[in-house]
Amino acid sequence: MLEPIVEALQLRKTYGQLVAVDDVSFTIAKGECFGILGPNGAGKTTTIRMTYGFSPLTAGSLRVFGLDVSRHARVIKARIGVCQQDNTLDPDLTIFQNLTVFARYFNIPKPLASRKADELLRFMSLDHRSHSRALELSGGMVRRIVLARALINQPELLILDEPTTGLDPQSRHQVWERLDNLRRQGMSILLTTHYMEEASRLCDRIIIMDQGRILVQGKPSELIRDHIGKDVMEISSPAADLRTYIRLQKMSFEDLGDRILVYGNHDDHLYRYISNRFCPEGCVMRTATLEDVFLKLTGRGLRE
Amino acid sequence: MSTGILRVWQRNLDVYRQNWKISFMPPLLEPLLYLAAFGIGLSGLIGEVAYGDGRISYLAFIAPALLAINIMNNAFFENTYASFVRMYYQKTFDAMMATPLSVEEIITGEIVWGATKSVIATAIMMVILTFFDLIHYPTGLLLIPLAFCGGFAFGSIGMYFTGIVSHIELFNLPFFLFITPMFLFSGTFFPLEGMPPWAQMLATALPLTHLVDLTRGLCYGSFAKSFPLALGYLLLFSLVFYPLALTKMRRRLIK
Repeated sequence: MLEPIVEALQLRKTYGQLVAVDDVSFTIAKGECFGILGPNGAGKTTTIRMTYGFSPLTAGSLRVFGLDVSRHARVIKARIGVCQQDNTLDPDLTIFQNLTVFARYFNIPKPLASRKADELLRFMSLDHRSHSRALELSGGMVRRIVLARALINQPELLILDEPTTGLDPQSRHQVWERLDNLRRQGMSILLTTHYMEEASRLCDRIIIMDQGRILVQGKPSELIRDHIGKDVMEISSPAADLRTYIRLQKMSFEDLGDRILVYGNHDDHLYRYISNRFCPEGCVMRTATLEDVFLKLTGRGLRE
Repeated sequence: MSTGILRVWQRNLDVYRQNWKISFMPPLLEPLLYLAAFGIGLSGLIGEVAYGDGRISYLAFIAPALLAINIMNNAFFENTYASFVRMYYQKTFDAMMATPLSVEEIITGEIVWGATKSVIATAIMMVILTFFDLIHYPTGLLLIPLAFCGGFAFGSIGMYFTGIVSHIELFNLPFFLFITPMFLFSGTFFPLEGMPPWAQMLATALPLTHLVDLTRGLCYGSFAKSFPLALGYLLLFSLVFYPLALTKMRRRLIK
């Protein structure tokens, strides 16, 4: 096997009494898109911050490009591109300057930096806004510029912390398209998200974290198959006899009170039977998604 | 290390150059206003002031003090309010930290930039003061490197406060308790010699007193005996507060 791009072994991060990340291990292969999923406060951002040297490890070992992050932060940072969660565009500078000034932090010579900036703004369809200021742009544009800026040093690994949070559907698809494009070119990507659709669409492999720990790890399709099955039957206002029937049949299900979700690999026969016998108003059968896995594993309580 | 500091400094210079028409107005206008109010207005009341063995006009007495105050204010303001805005509201430092730049380079670049602001302000002010024949040359040229040394010391102190305040409003405290008293009581507008001994002792502890001492000497073309001591005292502030600022900012930025 090729040398992994990122190799995290039993990462641990504590802030005083608070354990933010506990016993987290994963590897990312070259050219892979790897996603970290989890509810708010799961430790996603802390994990990702450790990978780019922003947060020192409390314990464990973390190697990027085969180099120890605590000792070679500068070399590693020169070879990665980072999109932070907050908008960190420089409001004092134009969009074009944002890219060229950033390039200067990497000691990229000016002519090359200008050429790269032009090229990246075109790639993001933003070349017409190169003299605007960050404050004049929409959220979707800002995110694309942050992404363009993260690519200025031709990184070998792209780290994205919630790349599409707060964007409207159009902008989100714009960002996904660009990321797809980069993946096809062989870019290794590490991202965090709490959009399951995003993870399913972009990631080769994911981990789902909660309260600082990894719950599961694997390919999205495999996780769905292993934890949910092929499909989900959603029955609203379930009657008592349905509950008894499901229990007797030993089906995998979740009872939400006013709704029951039945997980599994159902055939149409069973679906029709349940639907005719127990729910005159009809029930829904749909394909299982990563969101089902996520909610099943992390629970439905609010995280605030 | 060194190119990183330069990169941070260049970022600030790029922004300054966009707004230079506004940025260079205060150091140009402020001394003119002070010279008009104190120099012309108060001069008539006060006449001459004892300095060393002789007497000098009140205008000549306060002109170097205005230079020193400007050096202090420019660096201190830049590394408190301006640096805080970049760090806290604009997340400029966060973005920099995702590049090969280290926290030490970012903070040093900021302090060096603060000192540069002091140098720029000093140079502009010198033009005005020279026009009124208030600076003796060639010693006056040493005001430029002195502005950098003083700016670095006051910038480091400012950056230390930036590392510890939780909210931008809290900068009122160092300005009110540290900068304003210095502005008034560092031998700036009246000679310290006439003050009671305890007040003179207190004034000697203030770094601005020593910076004023140095700017006076250079403006008058006379190197006083206290020169090395005054310079050493400013250096001491840099040596104490620069590492302190780095420590506090490291703790603040690296989570």
